Amino acid sequence: MFIAMECIALPDLALRVRFSSCTPKVCIVGSGPAGFYTAQHLLKVNPTHQNVHVDIYERLPVPFGLVRFGVAPDHPEVKNVINTFTQTAKHSRCRFYGNVNVGKDVSVGELKQAYHAVVLSYGAEGNRSMGVPGEGLAGVYSAKDFVGWYNGHPSCRELNPDLNCETAVILGQGNVALDVARVLLSPIDILKKTDITQPALEALVRSQIRRVLIVGRRGPVQVACTIKELREMVNLPGTKSEMVEADFDGVTEALKDLPRPRKRLTELLLKTALDTPGDKEQQRRHQASRTWGFRFFRSPSEVLADADGNKTVGIRLAVTRLEGSGEGARAVLTGEVEDVTCGLVISSIGYKSHPIDPSVPFDTRRAVIPNTMGRVKQATGLYCSGWLKTGPTGVIATTMNNSFDTARSLVEDMESEALDLSSVKTGSEVISALLEERGVKSVSFSDWEKIDSVEMSRGEASGKTRTWSRRETILLL
Amino acid sequence: MAAAAAVRSSMGLTLRLSRAIPDCSSCPLNRLKSCGVNPQSRGSFESFRTMNRHLQTSIGLCHSEEGSSNAEDPEDVVNVVYIDRSGQRIPVKAKVGDNVLYLAHKHGIDLEGACEASLACSTCHVYVNAEHFDKLPDPAEREDDMLDMAPMLQENSRLGCQIILTPELDGIELTLPKITRNFYVDGHVPKPH
Repeated sequence: MFIAMECIALPDLALRVRFSSCTPKVCIVGSGPAGFYTAQHLLKVNPTHQNVHVDIYERLPVPFGLVRFGVAPDHPEVKNVINTFTQTAKHSRCRFYGNVNVGKDVSVGELKQAYHAVVLSYGAEGNRSMGVPGEGLAGVYSAKDFVGWYNGHPSCRELNPDLNCETAVILGQGNVALDVARVLLSPIDILKKTDITQPALEALVRSQIRRVLIVGRRGPVQVACTIKELREMVNLPGTKSEMVEADFDGVTEALKDLPRPRKRLTELLLKTALDTPGDKEQQRRHQASRTWGFRFFRSPSEVLADADGNKTVGIRLAVTRLEGSGEGARAVLTGEVEDVTCGLVISSIGYKSHPIDPSVPFDTRRAVIPNTMGRVKQATGLYCSGWLKTGPTGVIATTMNNSFDTARSLVEDMESEALDLSSVKTGSEVISALLEERGVKSVSFSDWEKIDSVEMSRGEASGKTRTWSRRETILLL
Repeated sequence: MAAAAAVRSSMGLTLRLSRAIPDCSSCPLNRLKSCGVNPQSRGSFESFRTMNRHLQTSIGLCHSEEGSSNAEDPEDVVNVVYIDRSGQRIPVKAKVGDNVLYLAHKHGIDLEGACEASLACSTCHVYVNAEHFDKLPDPAEREDDMLDMAPMLQENSRLGCQIILTPELDGIELTLPKITRNFYVDGHVPKPH
């Protein structure tokens, strides 16, 4: 029996040294936090007294995934983890290959032939759809696209959302929903110092949106956001909150049984919704020109169009009630509906992973790769980490633990010979040749560093952190 | 990773891709008034530029590499024991003013600090032994907010990046949480060594 540990120097393991194992070569698909944390762990260990070589393939020309494109522009500290990932990328045994679309430019099968192990960490690039009529109307966006738009994602550049309406409705009450609400309502003075894209900033300057409703089908105790983000909304300058008091019936009584994180969050929510404000707060609210609020027990049933049938003018919400309580409570339709006038609908009900290659097992119901502790089921030499492994929720810390777990499984398999390390694998040599044959120009990490320094110096010139490069610019380098 | 971070922190500077003005309210040295950097002054911000890189203050700059204590002074020694994720005890001789996260990095202990002490993550989560837990100043609301996100939160949980060593913390023991359920394949419990 063996122990999965990060530190390898234990007497037991010395017994399992093999005399003919080759330098392990591992390929990781996806360069977001999952990919980088998996790489980080693999570079630290030396199973069978060999050092592991790691190649990271990324579809976009630039690394870092959601840390670059998903973290809100006013949360730059969350992006500090990029420094850790940069150290990993520059490790002598790590190589980054950007602009390589696995599944299209090269197959998973070809990667499996070239490497001892392949780790799939490409996350969730799709989003769950509401599945309601009118979802395709102008004025309806997924939060993923909306966030991508203000964060400079190459495929969201042309989104051009119309912000000429008074009310925006966001479906979903997680941190992404709150990020969107906060960006829609933040004073421009705050936004202009962030690395929000210039077109988004200009659109927000012209925006008529003064009211944002954040809608969820369950109640206050089930809200999916966390306290830091809720506090930011509560304290957002120039805004005040408006909630429906009746939504909070029974919540105070439920407090005592809640675990600490949920309890603190619910206490803040109750305070925001129900407390009578003191004079100072009254004054602040009086001066606020923008409002936001949670709406509970509402589920989208249709997006309503104008007379021409093109533009969004409202959303029909089905009224729900809860069955059960706590985290497991379920929303059940009551049959009633409520129409809300709005010109912008943003659906923030979850990201979704896609299958990458027919040869890789995929659970279409849960939209994850079936696995046990990161080992892909019914496959050898194939692993997964990050959201692709466990579903698209969780913060940096969650993904970090998740990725370290997968790396540990991989190392165990190397030690126990469940993974065959007896033949030499050529790794990137063979893959680079294939890519060149196919006319795919990969982007190296030092290429990325050039792009990075250009973005930052351009940003500095306009008093921001960075400006965002077009895909074409990147590929010209 | 810890070694790389140790190199960075020993340089006394932290390379950042973000140019946000440093938020001193999150730094415990600010509360202890032990920080010599004034980020309000544009001049001091500019002075951290080197070549083409823009470096900015972070708590890495404020830790004891530039600290005011004399390394030779026995009054300044704080004995710390880290208990790593495999249960191994790692005693460390530290100094008053040392930051628990960067101290761990200096000694190759795998305490991640993804957000670099900005109270924007929970990856430096540690358990503090009972005897010393109450000697720590109460966590700021922002630390409590991030602690709420840490898996396996306990009564004695704190964020390592917010613990600054003082003489009365001598003997403190910091345990790294076992972060995974699938740590052991067959239920084997390692003997501590």
